[in-house]
Amino acid sequence: MMNVIWGIILIISVACSIITGKISELSTAVLTGTSDAISLIISISGMMALWTGLMKIAQSAGLTSLLSKLFSPIIKIIFPDFSPESPAAQSICMNITANLLGLGNAATPFGINAMKEMQKLNSSPAIATNSMVMFVVINTASLQLFPTCLCILRQKNGSANPLDTLPTLWIASTVALIAGITVTKIFEKVGKKKNG
Amino acid sequence: MVNIGFFILPLIISIIVIGGFLKKVKIFDVFLTGASEGLNSTLSLAPSLIGLIVAVSMLKSSGALDIFTSFIAPFCKFLGIPSEVVPLVLLRPVSGSGSIAILDNILKNYGADSFIGKLASIISGSTETTFYTLTVYFGSVGIKDFRHSIPSALLADLTAFIASVVALNYFYKLHI
Repeated sequence: MMNVIWGIILIISVACSIITGKISELSTAVLTGTSDAISLIISISGMMALWTGLMKIAQSAGLTSLLSKLFSPIIKIIFPDFSPESPAAQSICMNITANLLGLGNAATPFGINAMKEMQKLNSSPAIATNSMVMFVVINTASLQLFPTCLCILRQKNGSANPLDTLPTLWIASTVALIAGITVTKIFEKVGKKKNG
Repeated sequence: MVNIGFFILPLIISIIVIGGFLKKVKIFDVFLTGASEGLNSTLSLAPSLIGLIVAVSMLKSSGALDIFTSFIAPFCKFLGIPSEVVPLVLLRPVSGSGSIAILDNILKNYGADSFIGKLASIISGSTETTFYTLTVYFGSVGIKDFRHSIPSALLADLTAFIASVVALNYFYKLHI
């Protein structure tokens, strides 16, 4: 998908700059764009490293599994197809916890594990089950408590308080998550296939 | 309420360090392993960021972005989304690095603490790279039929965009 989008963006840019007569601006943009990218990488890498380091400690100290126990009552309501003790539910809990803490790297393996566990219960392996759809939709809604990259970007661009958007962000995020879960449940009821 | 953000970082750090001590984790060793993983994953972002930031700045400097934004602006106005964040809204579900590039650009041009800057921050923080997530998770177990995942996920994204605008407007009203 990105192959097409990227190509189209480049071609449109060049074509448009010819029409609008902004070819010199375009050339400058190519040159500054590359150095912008590198300075962006440099400015985010420090904080990202610190954060993943801290979260690794949290994981080793068992803080993440403690958190995921807290979620199991909610998991039970959202995923009625299996018990909270099942391996699928446990992977889901770990995935959600890792997402909340902004541990994208750790969240994905847990998530894939959860998908594999759910696939074992799937009677038609090419078609997604209700639980799978729900799980993936939850993962596409951002659940981060502390969006590291965002805070660094804000700080880098001169924000007086890079963290002040967090409360608003949590509200928007929660509303979107609830909407996602609700819509998914509605589609489940309306749709045809209803198995585990 | 606004300054809650300031307490989060010290709070999280203390909880983690104390938790680590209590469980007798070799905290600095573990920290180093995690930090080098984090550093590597940030570095692995570099190639796609270079490609996409160049693409975004080309699109902007050529004037194409302005033309496109003015086309779609009436629809977004209807939803309450300012036209300045439209490029972000369009690229957010498709590409993570692409939306980082656009967000950086918006923060630079309008200021991180302006309404537009804050809105762009909230939008990118409250949504995910939907199509990437769908592909990775369903792909990992060979699911071909995604059923209602795409409409559900996109509706959640749309809700996030609108909720961001509404919530930010509300917070502005509280403080002025």
